[in-house]
Formats: sequence, C-alpha cells, structure tokens
Amino acid sequence: MYSADIAAVWLTLKLATVVTALLLVIGTPVAWWLARTQSAFKGAIGAIVALPLVLPPTVLGFYMLVAMGPKGPIGQFTEALGLGLLPFTFPGLVIASVFYSLPFVVQPIQNAFEAMGDRPLEVAATLRASPWDAFWSVAVPLAKPGFLSGAILGFAHTVGEFGIVLMIGGNVPDKTRVVSVQIYDHVEALEYTQAHWLAGGMVLFSFIVLMTLYTFNPARRKSA
Amino acid sequence: MTFKITAKFRVDRGNFSLDVDLSLPGRGITALFGHSGSGKTTCLRAMAGLERAPDAYFALGNEVWQDETQRYFVPTYRRAIGVVFQEASLFPHLSVRANMAFGRRRATTAAARFALPEIAGLLGIDHLLDRSPKQLSGGERQRVAIARALLADPKILLMDEPLAALDLKRKLEILPYLERLHRELAIPIIYVSHAPEEVARLADHLVLLDEGRVVASGPLNNVLSRIDLPATFADDAGVVVETLVAEHEIDELTRLEFCGGKIYVSRRHEPVGTPLRCRIHARDVSLALTPQLHSSILNCVHAIVVDLAPTDTPGHVLVKLDVTGAPLLARITKRSADNLGICPGLALSAQIKAVALLA
Repeated sequence: MYSADIAAVWLTLKLATVVTALLLVIGTPVAWWLARTQSAFKGAIGAIVALPLVLPPTVLGFYMLVAMGPKGPIGQFTEALGLGLLPFTFPGLVIASVFYSLPFVVQPIQNAFEAMGDRPLEVAATLRASPWDAFWSVAVPLAKPGFLSGAILGFAHTVGEFGIVLMIGGNVPDKTRVVSVQIYDHVEALEYTQAHWLAGGMVLFSFIVLMTLYTFNPARRKSA
Repeated sequence: MTFKITAKFRVDRGNFSLDVDLSLPGRGITALFGHSGSGKTTCLRAMAGLERAPDAYFALGNEVWQDETQRYFVPTYRRAIGVVFQEASLFPHLSVRANMAFGRRRATTAAARFALPEIAGLLGIDHLLDRSPKQLSGGERQRVAIARALLADPKILLMDEPLAALDLKRKLEILPYLERLHRELAIPIIYVSHAPEEVARLADHLVLLDEGRVVASGPLNNVLSRIDLPATFADDAGVVVETLVAEHEIDELTRLEFCGGKIYVSRRHEPVGTPLRCRIHARDVSLALTPQLHSSILNCVHAIVVDLAPTDTPGHVLVKLDVTGAPLLARITKRSADNLGICPGLALSAQIKAVALLA
C-alpha cells in the first residue's frame, strides 16, 4: 500500500471515532427527548433528524457548504470567533459527518428508550432516584443494546460516506482525503490494484461490522 | 403513634373523572376496591405522585406531600413511599440483591427500620439474592419487589393489584407473606384490588370506589355488612369474622370462638390461641325462629335482626344481623322473610352452613 493510502485509512478512522463520540453526546439527549416527549414538535424534529436518510449527500453537502461559507451563518460565526472558515478542513468534515450520521445513532437509541417504557423510570422514582439518577442508573443500562447499535452504525456510516466529504472536505491529503475519496482517486487514475485493496478492505470492514451487530444484537435487527 | 392519611383528588379527563376525599387510618391494610375504571389505580398513582391531579391534597399525618391550593407538590422521588406494581418490574440489569439495595442506598433516613437480611428472611427470598430477576418465578419476583419497596424505608406502602398478574398457586404463595407484613411491620398499606377474596383476607379498612366516587369507606366489617350499598361484591356478599382457635376436639373438628359465639370447622393445624379470619357468605346463612335441634347444621348462633333490604337476586332479601356485637348477613327468599315475619329487632337463630377460612 502507498503511504497515501495508509494516511487515508488513518484519517478515516480518526474521523469516524471523533464523529461517533460526538454523536453519542449529541444523539442521546435528542433520542431521549424524541422517545419521551408529547410535544407537537416531535414529528418535525424527528423528520429533521431523519432527513439524511433520504436526501442525497450532495444536497446536504451543498447546503452545509453554503452555510459554512463566508456568507453563510455558520461561516460568519466561525470567522467572528477567529476560527476561519470550516469547508475543506477536518473540523468542517466532522460537523458535516455528525449531521449526516445523526439518524443512524438517534434512531436505535430512541427505539431502545421507547421499548423500555415509563415503568422502569416510575419504579426508580418510587425508590428515591431523581430523574438524573434514574437516567444513568436505569435508562442507560436498559438501553445499552441501542447505544451499541447506534455507535456501531454511526461509526460504520461515517467510514462509508463519500458525497458529503467531497462537497465539504474536498480532497486535501491528511486533512480531508478519507478512504472513499482515495478509492475514487485511484479509479480516476486507473490504479485498479490500489483501488482493489482499499475497496476490498471496505467490504470486509462493513461485513464484519454488520455481522457483529446481527450476531450479538439480534433484537435490534429491524432498526439497523 | 397513630396518624391519619388524608387524600383528596379531583381529576377530570373527559370520559373519566375521579373525585375522592378520604381520611384513612395510618395503620393496617386499607383496601381500595372497585371494578376496572373505578379510579382505584389512578388514586394510588396520585398518592405516589406519579400523576399530578390538578386539585389535590395528600398528607400523611402532618407531612404534606401535595397541596395544590399552595401549588405544593413533592415529586415521587422525594416521598417516603414504597410502591409495588401489578408486574414486579424488577430492574433486569441488576441482581436480586442489587435490586433490593437500589432504594435502600437512596433512602434518606440514617437509621433504617429494616435491614436487607431481615426483610429477605421475612419474605423468604434469602436464597435468591445472587440470582438475576430472569431466573425467578412470578411469585418470587413479586416478593423481591415487595422487599425492594420496604427497604427504601417507606412511611406508607402502596400496592397496585400485586397479585392480579399471578395464577392461583402463586397468589396462595404470596398471601401468607402479605399477612406477615401486616402482623410484623408497623407500616400502613394501601392495597388496590378487584378481588373480593383478597380484600376479605387482608383488609382492615375498606374503601369502595365506583366510577371515580367513594361509595363507602370504613372498617372492613362495617362496610361489608352494609346492606344499603349496590351489590359490589354481588354473589360474594358476606362478612368477615375474627376468631381464635379455641380447641381441637376429638372428632376431628376445631372450635373457633368469636365475640358472638363459637364455630366448628374441620380440624386445623394452627395451635390453640391462633387468630383466624373467616368469611361467612350471606348465601350460606339461613334463619329460623327457634334453635333447630334436629338439624345436621352444627353452627348455629343467636342473632337479632338489624335491618333487611332487597338484593339483586330476584325474590331474595339481604338480612343484616347482630350476633352479640358481630355483624352477620343472611340472604334468604322474600317469601321466607314474609313467612317468618322478619323485621328489625326480632331475635332468632342463624344457621351457618359453611365457613370459609381465610388462611
């Protein structure tokens, strides 16, 4: 393998790890709210979270590029903070990926919270656990399979993305050139051997991830 | 130390409304009895703070937990309650011991009245502590749930049909433990049920609910012996008699004594002096103007007619009797009542054809 390929693999893993960690932090309260709210906005928020499931990544990438650009709200905000512009940087790629993979993390966790029902939390309250205490000591342990599914799917989905990377990240070595982009480059250059190495690796990786998920977590197959 | 439990709840949800104003004894078992939809579970959930009624007052003695006139509401997790639901609802990710310790660790009282080994012994679950809830039978799970609730050091135990989800065998397995709680722990229990036999066996105080309203509230026998109430217990109308085992006689009969006389039953295993609760159905009591000497019915007591009223059974009346202070109900035909000239104040002889022992 070329060192460029190794750099791309390394960057991909780094991106997926950071994105998964952020998704668990952001996705958990969103999933909790969606699972338990009776607000009229539940449908709207749920739909917004699920949008990346149906939209072409290029559409999402295009709007994010505009928003993060010098005239977009996010771009003006980051420039005001002195951070510069986000497109074609690693942090920009992270933010775009978080949006793009959000439903893959939120939905399994939300399903797990919904399947749990009110009863365990009511029982916890009758046993003197405050809502915050009950969330950590009862809800999170009971929803563990959902968290596991969400983390694995979020990670795998981030590893596999292409369109949004190309729109937001472009093709900057060591910064935004992830495996999927590197494969594209190889194919463009007719370097089929190298493309085979990376593409085959991706197939194997995805297979192992899904097999792990289905073998150890059969109950959540539907949400996957 | 005796105190009163004051509960006023008003809920209006279109097709369902609850409007109760109760003053309950701060000791013993109070049964909330009614059919499904009568509001008994809503009442219990409101006491637990799991539902916030818009117009409510709830206090244990001087300790107020809800007073909506002051917009005061203590959330569930700050109330010293124990709740046992119909399904045991044990935490599946914790062992039996950890389930029991869950509330114990969070209870605010420094010196708990109950220790884990003591409660485990009381409920007969010592040998199950290291198991997972999945490995327990339905009856065992419910006993663990009761132990878990008690270990949180509650000032009141709320039970929502704790036996309804169990088959008869499991029910019979748990009932003695509930009676033990009643005897050995000085903690008031509110017990929601729609099963007359459970109420007759366990309750000291009975609240009858119907469509969200209190139909009657009072000591068990006072309510059971009222003949002016709609037939809540229907065919099961009858009273409960508290007796003591007096003697085991040679012909395989045991003599029980109560304030109104004696009752013979098949030989019991309980030693002399044991209190036994019996249930006497109105349909099992017949009346005669003179003691029947030439009859196979052994149990016969002197009684005075207090009142009579028609029942739901066509052609029958319910007669309320006083047996030296103990109430008794008899269901006889209207025709017999007329023939015998039954009216309040008449002294007669009541024959008890069958006695159900509640133990």
